[in-house]
Amino acid sequence: MRRILISLAWALAAVWTSAFAALDPGLVKPLGGDDADARVEAITKLGALGTPEAFAILNALNEEKLYATAEGRVLVVEDDKATDPLTGEKLDVPEDADSITVNNRLRRELESALAGLRLFADDVKVRLKAAKEVQQNAGAAQLPMLEKALAKETDPRIRDVLDMAVATINLKSDDAAKRKLAVERLADTTNASIRPVLAAMIEPKPDGTFVEPDEAVRAAVVDTLARIDRHLLVIEWAGNLFYGLSLASVLLLAALGLAITFGLMGIINMAHGELLMIGAYSTYVVQLAFRRWFPGELDWYVVAAVPTAFIITAAVGMLLERTVIRWLYGRPLETLLATWGISLALMQTVRTIFGAQNVEVANPSWMSGGVTVLGGLVLTYNRMVIIGFAVFVVIIVWALLNKTRLGLFVRAVTQNRRMADCVGVPTGRVDMLTFGLGSGIAGLGGVALSQLGNVGPDLGQSYIVDSFMVVVLGGVGQLAGTVIAAIGLGELNKFLEPYAGAVLAKIAILVVIVLFIQKRPQGLFALKGRSAD
Amino acid sequence: MNRKQFLKTLLGASLAAAWFTGSASAADTIKVGVLHSLSGTMAISETSLKDVALMTIDEINASGGVMGKQLEAVVVDPASNWPLFAEKARGLLSQDKVAVVFGCWTSVSRKSVLPVFKELNGLLFYPVQYEGEELEKNVFYTGAAPNQQAIPAVEYLMSKEGGGAKRWVLLGTDYVYPRTTNKILRAFLKSKGVDEKDIDEVYTPFGHSDYQTIVANIKKFAAGGKTAVVSTINGDSNVPFYKELGNAGLKATDVPVVAFSVGEEELRGVDTKPLVGHLAAWNYFQSIKNPVNTEFIKKWKAYAKAKGLPNADTVVTNDPMEATYIGIHMWKQAVEKAKTTDVDKVIAAVGGQTFKAPSGFTIKMDEKNHHLHKPVFIGEIKADGQFSVVWKTPGPVRAQPWSPFIAGNDKKKDVPEGM
Repeated sequence: MRRILISLAWALAAVWTSAFAALDPGLVKPLGGDDADARVEAITKLGALGTPEAFAILNALNEEKLYATAEGRVLVVEDDKATDPLTGEKLDVPEDADSITVNNRLRRELESALAGLRLFADDVKVRLKAAKEVQQNAGAAQLPMLEKALAKETDPRIRDVLDMAVATINLKSDDAAKRKLAVERLADTTNASIRPVLAAMIEPKPDGTFVEPDEAVRAAVVDTLARIDRHLLVIEWAGNLFYGLSLASVLLLAALGLAITFGLMGIINMAHGELLMIGAYSTYVVQLAFRRWFPGELDWYVVAAVPTAFIITAAVGMLLERTVIRWLYGRPLETLLATWGISLALMQTVRTIFGAQNVEVANPSWMSGGVTVLGGLVLTYNRMVIIGFAVFVVIIVWALLNKTRLGLFVRAVTQNRRMADCVGVPTGRVDMLTFGLGSGIAGLGGVALSQLGNVGPDLGQSYIVDSFMVVVLGGVGQLAGTVIAAIGLGELNKFLEPYAGAVLAKIAILVVIVLFIQKRPQGLFALKGRSAD
Repeated sequence: MNRKQFLKTLLGASLAAAWFTGSASAADTIKVGVLHSLSGTMAISETSLKDVALMTIDEINASGGVMGKQLEAVVVDPASNWPLFAEKARGLLSQDKVAVVFGCWTSVSRKSVLPVFKELNGLLFYPVQYEGEELEKNVFYTGAAPNQQAIPAVEYLMSKEGGGAKRWVLLGTDYVYPRTTNKILRAFLKSKGVDEKDIDEVYTPFGHSDYQTIVANIKKFAAGGKTAVVSTINGDSNVPFYKELGNAGLKATDVPVVAFSVGEEELRGVDTKPLVGHLAAWNYFQSIKNPVNTEFIKKWKAYAKAKGLPNADTVVTNDPMEATYIGIHMWKQAVEKAKTTDVDKVIAAVGGQTFKAPSGFTIKMDEKNHHLHKPVFIGEIKADGQFSVVWKTPGPVRAQPWSPFIAGNDKKKDVPEGM
């Protein structure tokens, strides 16, 4: 038994070393040198080799695990152990070894070489991704490799992508029939970078001739261009719709808490932005806790942050209500000033505890990246999750206000405080709980905002104006109004922005709101009944 | 001892102590002002400059002070409020009678204190990269002028090594620094033969956080040829932009973004994995390896820990911090050369001072134009939030505060008025 094991080890070692010996030192050496062109050439050649060893060394370079010593020896370093890729010799990392710097040019070459190699991987998903990458920057040099891959490929989706890549390259073919076929094939393309190439083909030159000499091909180009343009228009509109919806969900989450504290209770709460900020910082703290104690479950910290943020901000809100705000009911001006002071104090407190710098809140992996739909529109996961979250929060708030006893009390106190008091509703307690609820909802908004932008002491400042805008436009005291106002503002903004630019779009929105409020001071939805006075 | 007596003694002792310290400080200290926002929006960037200034002052005091006198820092907080900058500067100069002020970050804060410094003949060291178009007798600029940052960065992106960009998106926050820089860059790109239709200038409001449309437009624009984005977005507004960019799948290898206000400090608040490969141009990076820089980083980390600064275990150094450090040392050398803290004599002595900077070069204050000769580095963001230097100038570059790419500047003199 032992002899078998030993011989097996020997055999493995033999395979190992022979595998490493397969790499030509002349190919690896330039990687550690200073000559950029030589490095690019070495990468291209290694990519063309297509062997697993070449793949391994390129991968190491891409992950910055490839080191070079002062005398130019190239080593793969993993877990503080160095391996010579040429001999397979294992050694300690030499003192003078430093990781080889990869800049964008090298990274681009590396990625395309690696994608080329991955075209022959066993996993279908890896192949599909590689094919899409190759299609993005297909060049004539890759044609033989693509055709080789195409011959071997069985999966129809991958064949489709590869076919498209070959067609892109064939646009430059000398054979008119091949070009025509390529142009027709590209009618289904989702790659916008083809459009300028095609457009250039039918651009008339000063002497009346065209870049594309063949008339049939030109006709095909015109057809294809029309189809691509139609497709791009659809993408643009769908994009605007999605962006608008996403902005709406952010506005809604920021404003929903205010819709309760300002809308229902009538408290001009200038510290609302800081409650959002506290929610965002709670997310940060939960993330820290997960890093420390549950690093394995880090991806789910956001889920844990939702109730945590709600509880913390609700507690802060109730504390504010009990200590400051309740003494100022019915005195809006003083409430405004007091809450503004509170907002400054809260900001400076956070600055003292966490520092003035922004803190890092990372998207969990399931919220990073996006899905490509309609072949060109990227819907990012974090925005989709936030749209879903906004819907969830609205449903919860609606249910809470309309289906629970607390909700009944809240509505009763809102509509007629004295009468509610008379029939035994504990108005003081209801006030505290309502303010806590509004604050807690703001905390939930903070969790969402932390996934999109900065988390810093000033986070709330950028949302306070928008929040008031949404609530006032929607009509004070109306949940539905707030929802509709948020969607309207979001969509309007995103459909204006491509034409007017971000700065003008923002100004235009403000003008529209001012005009609207002139016409309809009570907002979109007015409260009817006794309390409307 | 009964209570009354005890109180009396205590009072007497403290009075005596106060008198001693008071008279001591009057006799052998030199007051220097530190004018950085410690609250408000700019606190994120300026707080660390205040701390570096205090560290440098401690360091100078520990090595014997200036002309045998200890330095005494007077720290004020202008709270990111531009008129308050002027007010605080006036207080520093006329009440505290400071010999010099180290401070300001935004161009608008510098513009608002300028009249005060001119009127009271004060001395300001300004440590941040800016748009140029200014040269004042009372100010020394230790940050970069456009030709020491923006133009080399664009040249790099045009080069084969930088990706050979043909189309340009100039993206900025809507205020004076991005507008002026983009004006210079547009003229520069045109001089390099870039077509008008290949330049797209986009501005966002302050504090903009929704970059969906802009990123989609960049993607569309980039379909027309190799594109690079030059970002003059204000400090932390970059974070949502980068997040959107990463999630939309635009990688640095497709569309590289070079930013002029993103450094190590700004990246502390960001998940940098999706940003790998995007660029920044500065005159200093923490990742530069040389003994002076190693020492500088070590000192800063030790200082942060000793003073219990927030997040002391993750502090980083960056370009404006290095510029602050250089500025204070240059002022010290100039005072020692002039043998007085008299502003006019010190101004005359600052020109020509040299200092072995953490950037690894011995850099010099220009004899005439009040700007430093600085090396330019271009760094790519790494996954750990640091930069790997991919390009640098062979040596320090002389500043051109009056950019030759703005019409009429060729007639302006390279020395401040009244010199």
